[in-house]
Amino acid sequence: MDFQVIVRNFNFLILQGFFGVGAFAGGTLRLALPAIVLGFILGTCIGVARLARSWWISLPALIYVELFRGVPLVMVIFWFWFIVPMLAGKSLPEYSVALTAFVIFEAAYLAEIVRAGIQSVARGQVEAATATGLTRAQMMRHVVLPQALRNMIPALVTQFIVLLKDTSLASIIGYVDLTKAAQIVNNREIRPFELYLFIAVVYWLCSYAMSKHASYLESRIGKQ
Amino acid sequence: MNYQFHWNVLWTGQTGGWLLQGLLTTLHLSILAWLLAVMLGITSGALRTTAISLLRWPAGVYVEFFRNVPLLVWMFFWYFGVPPLLPQALQEWLFEHGVEFWAGVFALGVYHGARFSEVIRAGIQSIPKTQFEAALSTGLTVLQTYRMIIVPIALRLIVPPATNETLNLLKNSSVALTIGVAELTFQTRQIETYTAKAFEALAAGTIIYLVLCLTIARLMARVERRVAIPGLIARGSTDAA
Repeated sequence: MDFQVIVRNFNFLILQGFFGVGAFAGGTLRLALPAIVLGFILGTCIGVARLARSWWISLPALIYVELFRGVPLVMVIFWFWFIVPMLAGKSLPEYSVALTAFVIFEAAYLAEIVRAGIQSVARGQVEAATATGLTRAQMMRHVVLPQALRNMIPALVTQFIVLLKDTSLASIIGYVDLTKAAQIVNNREIRPFELYLFIAVVYWLCSYAMSKHASYLESRIGKQ
Repeated sequence: MNYQFHWNVLWTGQTGGWLLQGLLTTLHLSILAWLLAVMLGITSGALRTTAISLLRWPAGVYVEFFRNVPLLVWMFFWYFGVPPLLPQALQEWLFEHGVEFWAGVFALGVYHGARFSEVIRAGIQSIPKTQFEAALSTGLTVLQTYRMIIVPIALRLIVPPATNETLNLLKNSSVALTIGVAELTFQTRQIETYTAKAFEALAAGTIIYLVLCLTIARLMARVERRVAIPGLIARGSTDAA
């Protein structure tokens, strides 16, 4: 056991690998944060579309969700690695490919959270909004979605934890996140046990702290 | 965009055999990992509901540590990190019998064991306390109560979330390609490398995964109807993929 290897490479692992500050265009957080925001926007559209009354809106949304939830993320990443440069007509940095893949993949899961959130809003709210003369779109925007969002927050935090862990898979196409940073250091130092245990602890700290926060939020919502 | 489709690359030459090999390896890996995960999950999930904190605590540490770290990190940990620390004889046996496969089984099984554990704990906690008290008052010991009453009821309650977890495990088995296990995703990559027909190879892999997932979901829906306990609804957690 030689945990000195962590001390020697601490800056590279944490600053470059986790935060994305350094020579490589990488970073776990630099991928996870935009991915959850963009994924949520897309997921909201799909979640709302799932509940549309016309089948030609709800059916494509349903197919989208079921398709992406039935395929491994690794497979989806390879698809985008192949398809994004082909559509763009030029080779793109790993970051763009990984971000596109994560946004589109996570949107399928986020859409289900949004749908459940919308369905958790009391029926009376919808009826009251309709009675005041709001159109369906206005009702969604001003009455249902704001309340749904509050109910969704714990599930969204949980999904962000999932995403944060999933971003480690971006390393398979060469994106320098925390996992890839550990691989790079390991190639030089050959200390796999110490290095992988260390990054496990880093991931664990983030995920565990957030999951505690999610259950706190859940208990607060439960009280209201 | 001028991509030429050549779907016949999927069945000419060796590629068909590779896909079949990949599918079988995926199933083999998933089934072994599933058995490990279910054993670990039932044990730690039941321990987490006991009254004795000395039993609850280690199970809690196991669950919280293993499920909050990416599976990929566990793959690397079990494949690169652990074997050098094992006794010489065991190392030799592993290197002769495909160390990457067994590391994959372990990584997948231990990771999903922690996730199954949460499902089983939720199932046990949704059983009315009176069941437990009734079992104890008939003279069963705590261990017997768990073994013969509580766990069997819990297992019947958690079929839907357990199905979800099973599908997650199956899909996550694709992560084993990173340590060189020749499973389905690995084989589609290989076909892509040899034929330069990425679209066809990826489509074949994707369809196989979709069919597998849909088949398992269908089968489990049937099992769910079979084992459902009238009047009781599962309240297992299905969050966190």
